[in-house]
Amino acid sequence: MSLLEVKDLKTYFYTDAGVGKAVDGVTFSLDKGKVLGIVGESGCGKSVTSLSIMRLVDPTTGRYEGGSILFEGQDILKLPEKEMRKLRGNRISMIFQEPMTSLNPVFTIGYQIEESLILHKGMDKKQARERAVELLELVGIPEAKKRVEEYPHQLSGGMRQRVMIAMALAGDPELLIADEPTTALDVTIQAQILELLKSLQKKLDMSIIIITHDLGVIAEMADEVAVMYAGDIVEKAATRELFDDPKHPYTIGLMNSIPDVEEDVERLRTLEGLVPSLYDMPAGCRFAPRCRFACAECEKQRIRLTELAGGRQVRCRRYEQ
Amino acid sequence: MSEVLVDVKNLKKYFPTSEKDKVVKAVDDVSFRIFKGETLGVVGESGCGKSTTGRLTLKLLEPTAGSVSFKGQDLSGLKRKDMRALRREMQIIFQDPYASLDPRKTVFQILAEPYRIHHPEMSREQIYEKVTGLIDCVGLRPEHIYRYPHEFSGGQRQRVGIARAIALNPEFVVCDEPVSALDVSIQAQVINLMQDIKKEFNLTYMFISHDLRIIKHFCDRVMVMYLGNIVEIGSKEAIYEKRRHPYTQALLSAIPNIKSKDKGERILLTGDIPSPVNPPSGCPFHPRCSQCMEICKKEKPVLRTMEDGTQVACHLELS
Ligand SMILES: Nc1ncnc2c1ncn2[C@@H]1O[C@H](COP(=O)(O)OP(=O)(O)O)[C@@H](O)[C@H]1O
Ligand SMILES: Nc1ncnc2c1ncn2[C@@H]1O[C@H](COP(=O)(O)OP(=O)(O)O)[C@@H](O)[C@H]1O
Ligand code: SF4
Ligand SMILES: [Mg+2]
Ligand SMILES: [Mg+2]
Repeated sequence: MSLLEVKDLKTYFYTDAGVGKAVDGVTFSLDKGKVLGIVGESGCGKSVTSLSIMRLVDPTTGRYEGGSILFEGQDILKLPEKEMRKLRGNRISMIFQEPMTSLNPVFTIGYQIEESLILHKGMDKKQARERAVELLELVGIPEAKKRVEEYPHQLSGGMRQRVMIAMALAGDPELLIADEPTTALDVTIQAQILELLKSLQKKLDMSIIIITHDLGVIAEMADEVAVMYAGDIVEKAATRELFDDPKHPYTIGLMNSIPDVEEDVERLRTLEGLVPSLYDMPAGCRFAPRCRFACAECEKQRIRLTELAGGRQVRCRRYEQ
Repeated sequence: MSEVLVDVKNLKKYFPTSEKDKVVKAVDDVSFRIFKGETLGVVGESGCGKSTTGRLTLKLLEPTAGSVSFKGQDLSGLKRKDMRALRREMQIIFQDPYASLDPRKTVFQILAEPYRIHHPEMSREQIYEKVTGLIDCVGLRPEHIYRYPHEFSGGQRQRVGIARAIALNPEFVVCDEPVSALDVSIQAQVINLMQDIKKEFNLTYMFISHDLRIIKHFCDRVMVMYLGNIVEIGSKEAIYEKRRHPYTQALLSAIPNIKSKDKGERILLTGDIPSPVNPPSGCPFHPRCSQCMEICKKEKPVLRTMEDGTQVACHLELS
């Protein structure tokens, strides 16, 4: 059985501008000990997907309009909030792009990790302190014994992200969701954090969902990739297969937009046009207005996710039987 | 190579800090040249002094020491009036077009301004013609000129920023992370536009970015900075293929690999970038360098010129 099974998830926002179908029928699953990457440009629904799994979507405008999220067979969307609180930060943890927004500036980092250990693991203060130091060591923070007493602003961006990871690990999660964990970091620090996540994943046998707009991060980390566009998954494949042989015109366009360090080209091939507005989605394929293969057929109705040989999937008329 | 357009000598910029006798050594003695018609890429991690160097080069900031010459003319001695005339020839494009475009002005007003200031003799009709020409040149539509910046997407706003920069037919443009805030598919559109404009207007670019893939694609020569210093400067081929400086090696090996299967050995740097308030002794890179020797801790290496013209600041035996 998969650890996580997201089926036909629909998360909509009800705003003055209309109904925003930010996530509109997303389906994927994740096995134990595997890393799934979700990639796509800003606004395509990556964060809303991950917040839905944590059930943290803004309740004032957001609604889970359909589908299910099975975590070890149990539908998260149906859990009472009290049960959900036991899962969140414990068996399912999340780290965000900007650690400063999730760290409390007025408490020491030790205190913040210990709080979670006392709450979720029922440890006493002394045990929690010992475990906090262990966790900081685990994520590669030098002089952890001294660092537990420091405040978030005393740390560099890279160190803060390590602290966030340590906090996320406090509950021994089976699933770690990392939403753009390295986007705010410099390349050499990004390389350190990705290396850390990889080694932790192996050591602790966790499953990870890594969300990013950077195909490079996907290539480094993920076993499998889901490419999102305008609230849909448009393509899903094993990472190597996706890079070697992208099928969806959007995936192909995205890859062509990135200059290759090994191969020079005179001119980048571009995807023309813009992503559609959340409140004005095309009726048919949402990529059709930018797609060079688009025809009348594409614009008629929503396109199904088609299963191809080898278990990969693509949402494109050209592959529908 | 051809004519020297910009000549920077021993440039320093120290910013004061809240502590009285401490300064931020944002740029700490850099010398380099930019040749007419080329694109010089400037790379390095955040805080290494790229933007400060760019601004000093345009004299948007006063240096603590050192000089900048533009077409043989030393900018430090220039009177206000002469500097203003030179401004036309030296422009800048910023990372965040939103912050650099006045939200209360329409695109027409934004683009008309340079003409109003520098060409008071132009009539409204002449200005209108110029502005519509610019709009067309950067791939926006005529009806866009009466819109406000917030009505545009990030990529379109950057097009407006580019249009403003080229309005007065400059020779030299500093591009400070012009595509860093954009999504990749939009980045590619803007990069192509900047390439076309460079050809059309015979521009010389100083192109600042932390994105090593884009630098490789876009630039002729590359300057690698670390903690306010130039650690290596040379042709794109020399920088990316020879990778002489240990920092250049680490930086390039940190780029996640997309297309090739073999991942190669990654050089993982340990530790963080030190503070420019309290830079390390000797070589600024020595605390993170895997090849650090005794001399590196004591003596700051100066730029040495290699056989192929690349300059490297490192005590290792290099050729
Ligand atoms: N709380 C909210 N209210 C209204 N719209 C939202 C809210 N959160 C996200 N959205 C919209 O949902 C879409 C998907 O957003 P998100 O998942 O954050 O994108 P990304 O892929 O960049 O993480 C965007 O158009 C965004 O504006
Ligand atoms: N106006 C300023 N006052 C004080 N410090 C500054 C100022 N501008 C930049 N700095 C500092 O100078 C260093 C170099 O900054 P910058 O040139 O912006 O780097 P980069 O563009 O490479 O990220 C940084 O440590 C930065 O904090
Ligand atoms: S001078 Fe020494 S410390 Fe600096 S980069 Fe070269 S080998 Fe490393
Ligand atoms: Mg997001
Ligand atoms: Mg900068």
